[in-house]
Amino acid sequence: MTELTYLRYEVLRTWRNRRFLLFSLVFPLILFLAIAGPNKHVTFDHVPFPLYYMTGMIAWGTMVAVISSGARIAAERNAGWTRQLRITPLPTWSYFSAKIVCGYMMALLSMAVLFAAGTSEGVRLDTVQWFVMIGLLLVGLVPFAVMGIMFGHLLKVDSLGPAIGGVTSLFALLGGSYGPLIRGGFLLSIVKFLPSYWLVQASKTSLRGGAWPLEAWLVIVVWTLVLSFLAVRVYERDTKRV
Amino acid sequence: MSNTSHVAELHDNIVAHDLTKSFGAVRAVRGLDLSLQRGSTVALLGPNGAGKTTTIDMLIGLTKPDAGTVSLFGRTPTEAVKAGMIGAMTQTGQLIDYLSVREVVTMMASIYPAPLDVEEALRISGANEFADRQTRKLSGGETQRVRFALALVADAELLVLDEPTVALDVEGRRDFWSAMRAFAARGKTVVFATHYLEEADAYADRIVLMSRGRIVADGAPTEIKATVGGRIIRATLPDVELLALHALPGVTMVDRKGDAITLNCSNSDATLRELLRTYPSVRDIEVRGAGLEEAFLELTVDDEAP
Repeated sequence: MTELTYLRYEVLRTWRNRRFLLFSLVFPLILFLAIAGPNKHVTFDHVPFPLYYMTGMIAWGTMVAVISSGARIAAERNAGWTRQLRITPLPTWSYFSAKIVCGYMMALLSMAVLFAAGTSEGVRLDTVQWFVMIGLLLVGLVPFAVMGIMFGHLLKVDSLGPAIGGVTSLFALLGGSYGPLIRGGFLLSIVKFLPSYWLVQASKTSLRGGAWPLEAWLVIVVWTLVLSFLAVRVYERDTKRV
Repeated sequence: MSNTSHVAELHDNIVAHDLTKSFGAVRAVRGLDLSLQRGSTVALLGPNGAGKTTTIDMLIGLTKPDAGTVSLFGRTPTEAVKAGMIGAMTQTGQLIDYLSVREVVTMMASIYPAPLDVEEALRISGANEFADRQTRKLSGGETQRVRFALALVADAELLVLDEPTVALDVEGRRDFWSAMRAFAARGKTVVFATHYLEEADAYADRIVLMSRGRIVADGAPTEIKATVGGRIIRATLPDVELLALHALPGVTMVDRKGDAITLNCSNSDATLRELLRTYPSVRDIEVRGAGLEEAFLELTVDDEAP
């Protein structure tokens, strides 16, 4: 019960932070409508262009959502709030999981808005395909959620904006959010090591009705493990310093 | 038998033993021993840099001591924190944004196993006057009151306040301390740090005087005031026994460097009369109020062996 009350207020705070909405929701939506609209009937990378671009924009927006949520820890550290929480019975894990839940909540909102926009631009998937795509996106976001918590302990408040903007844009660009930058060869095999590549691929994968290939799962798991390890390290360094 | 009573004492008290903490070359706290009775209100008094904050942070588990142990009612600080036995207002800190005052206090209350009623905490702290305002739109004094409400709402066994009145004006201070008293009257233990002798004197049952990481005096406010709150007489007086000076009326402490003597006095008038009568050769007499800072220096001058 107590955890739910705490979580409710964290969600409320996230919702009230309008800047958050702007970057994870409004920007990807505008970009989608501007670019997918005129290319409604194009087929791209074996996928209808609006579907490809919808997933690309979702990958970008949801990445921003989950990273920003964790990264807000930096502001709370700066305000001395995390220090205050350390003298309460709130377990560290509950604090982090509330941030992750808030990030995912915003991610789902971003997805819902872009799904609606996608449908209006002619994206058609059957129920199973929708669910496969949502499921893959949710799983593919895990490493980014962890990355957000790591940023929250690594960065200063001033550098958060540029860092999140830069990192998400880079991951989105290389992963193919704005269109497949790299379509083959050696570079493609490099890009396949990025979790954002597989986020964008969720559209193609769902069309086939299947799941990701094994290498995708490996990429997601390894990134999650490595980032978790780093997040724990920076968290420990941060709380020891006092 | 004595073992049983020892255990009982441990469960009732806050006990710090040989607490030591350095930050680089700075020895913030040096082998501090302290035992605080449950239900008492204790002031940690000392100038800036005395080690008050470091001591408090070690008591509540925010800082790990280099050496020494802390027992809070028989538990380690970490266990006490997990059990929700500590409510604290640290020296610095802001509130999180996108919440109203009432919301942030409710959020904090939800973390504790047996919190105080939120409205009650708001009322005691005086934050009820602006409970619906957003935390971003508060003045410094108002923020302090909300932070106090956050510490109160835990309804914890131990309330720790580190220089809580720094951002408050005179009236705000008075309100704050009467609120603190109302909370302490519920049988809670309160430990607060301050560098104002008047605050410690007016609101604590016991004053622990710290300087340079050590306890230099410990006792009821009246005792501490007699030690540091008086006046200082300096004079030149060759060939006199320290003990003889100590026997002068109103003298609490004596020091001598060469021919220069320093007398800490609780009643400097009486001391001076007797000093002039007994030692007509005394000269270069200087009497001044012993500010707290000076008193600390006097008290710790012997500790400065390298």
